[in-house]
Amino acid sequence: MERRSKSFYVLSVFFALFLLFLYGPTITIAILSFQGPGGGLTFPMRGTSLHWFRDLFEQQAVGDIWGSFRRSFILGLMVMVTTVVLSVMGGLAFRKKFKGSGILFYLIITSLVIPSILISLGVGLIFSQSGLNVHWSTSGFGSQLTWTLPFGLLIMFAVFNRFDKSYEEAARDLGATSWQTLRHVVLPIIGPSLIGVALFGFTLSYDEFARTLLTSGSYNTLPLEIFGMTTNVTTPVLYALGTLTTVFSLLMIGLFLCLAMLSTRRKARMGSDAGKGML
Amino acid sequence: MALPTMAVLIFFLVLPIVMIVVVSFWQATEFSIIPAFDFENYEFLFGSNVTYRVFFNTFKYALITWALTLGIGFTVAYFLAFHVRSLTWQIVLFLLCTIPFWTSNIIRMISWIPFLGRNGIANSALISWGVIDEPLDWLLFSDFAVILAFVHLYTLFMVVPIFNTMMRIDKSLIEAARDAGASGAQILWNVIIPLTKPGIMIGTIFVVTLVMGDFITVRFMSGSQSANVGRLISNDIALLAYPSASATAVVLLLTVLIVIGIMLRFVDIRKEL
Repeated sequence: MERRSKSFYVLSVFFALFLLFLYGPTITIAILSFQGPGGGLTFPMRGTSLHWFRDLFEQQAVGDIWGSFRRSFILGLMVMVTTVVLSVMGGLAFRKKFKGSGILFYLIITSLVIPSILISLGVGLIFSQSGLNVHWSTSGFGSQLTWTLPFGLLIMFAVFNRFDKSYEEAARDLGATSWQTLRHVVLPIIGPSLIGVALFGFTLSYDEFARTLLTSGSYNTLPLEIFGMTTNVTTPVLYALGTLTTVFSLLMIGLFLCLAMLSTRRKARMGSDAGKGML
Repeated sequence: MALPTMAVLIFFLVLPIVMIVVVSFWQATEFSIIPAFDFENYEFLFGSNVTYRVFFNTFKYALITWALTLGIGFTVAYFLAFHVRSLTWQIVLFLLCTIPFWTSNIIRMISWIPFLGRNGIANSALISWGVIDEPLDWLLFSDFAVILAFVHLYTLFMVVPIFNTMMRIDKSLIEAARDAGASGAQILWNVIIPLTKPGIMIGTIFVVTLVMGDFITVRFMSGSQSANVGRLISNDIALLAYPSASATAVVLLLTVLIVIGIMLRFVDIRKEL
């Protein structure tokens, strides 16, 4: 093997510093969330305790955190399922040119680059002017889709660009209906990518702030609740909440990555049953 | 098959934009907004010095953040793509770079407080090293903090597309360049950078639009001391001045679209998927 050049070591250090920059602050507030009861928002630690985590479970201390967590979780699942389904359908549709495909593509890009606050403002205005009530599960849900769908669709476009159509043709030649082809051939092949789309759908929704700001109505989602806390909470309870949410996010990411890995392995193992057919 | 997506985008993207354009011509009283057709909101917007200052600020943030994220993002992607040799390690390190993207931006902003505060880690470290005598005031709640947070939040958006294009560069091109006697720097400048341009453009589009449309990072990290266009809009919204918020939003949208339009001349996104 070629000897490592000097630039490798320089770049390694740079990369390590980058990771430190990415994770350092998060790790710091994780440590600080174990402050003793008398501790403040920064070092030094005045003892260690679970005091601030306990505070989270007392309703009066911090407002409706658990309600907002529940809403964010449900909303995340709703957005996730919708994003996956619509992205697969859109990905399949975009394999052929159809009327309006060019326009739709540009709409998708626009949806990705438009400042979030415009969606929030526009959807809020439409609902208020037409006398509808904004609610996280209607207007909030739709607004979040404008952020998750472009990611899902672009991933699916990339996946279908590399998809070998001869598998489908083979299935069709063997007499499979188009539903059977989709269910037993296409979906298993694109399975791991779908888990990726689901990860985007859930986490982007779960953390979305700007697009839900004016569209969630009187019941806050978790990011809105947390932002509200930043203006009036000046104790490490903020860090405790931040740490818990981050841990939850990490668990979800881990779960999705494990699922993706399992399904890739399964695909590799069961990909070919040549020679094992029923004769 | 694409109908549901079309429906969602029409109802939650196109109609809201139309609505904003319509409302930008309305009038506002203290308590309500009234349908009308006058240019008052735009006249006020373009007649005010604040607007130009704020737009200038927005471009300033975008430009500085772009330069920093590009420099850091390119270096990180270059390291991952060309210096890490096993695919497994590439995937692992790449995932390490992307995981923060799936966690909450607001919490990632909050987590700078213990670092940058007056009695924060940065100040205490600098004092104990003897670099400064007094704590620095400009670390938190300043333009410095805003840019730092932008770079922290959005460098990922550079790393991912640049890494993606770099991974698709045919390694034999680099070998050919080396065989022809090119030095490492020459390979980087004449082979890798030109071939990475599409990734750089996509990353640029992401970073520039995210920064230009932001309002929450600026508000939080500057402690409400600096403003960009997004904050102008959100302040109007807080005052229920929807028509004037809408007018600002229309101008912001046009600005962003013009910037994107210029960048799209250099890259065909559909080809890059």
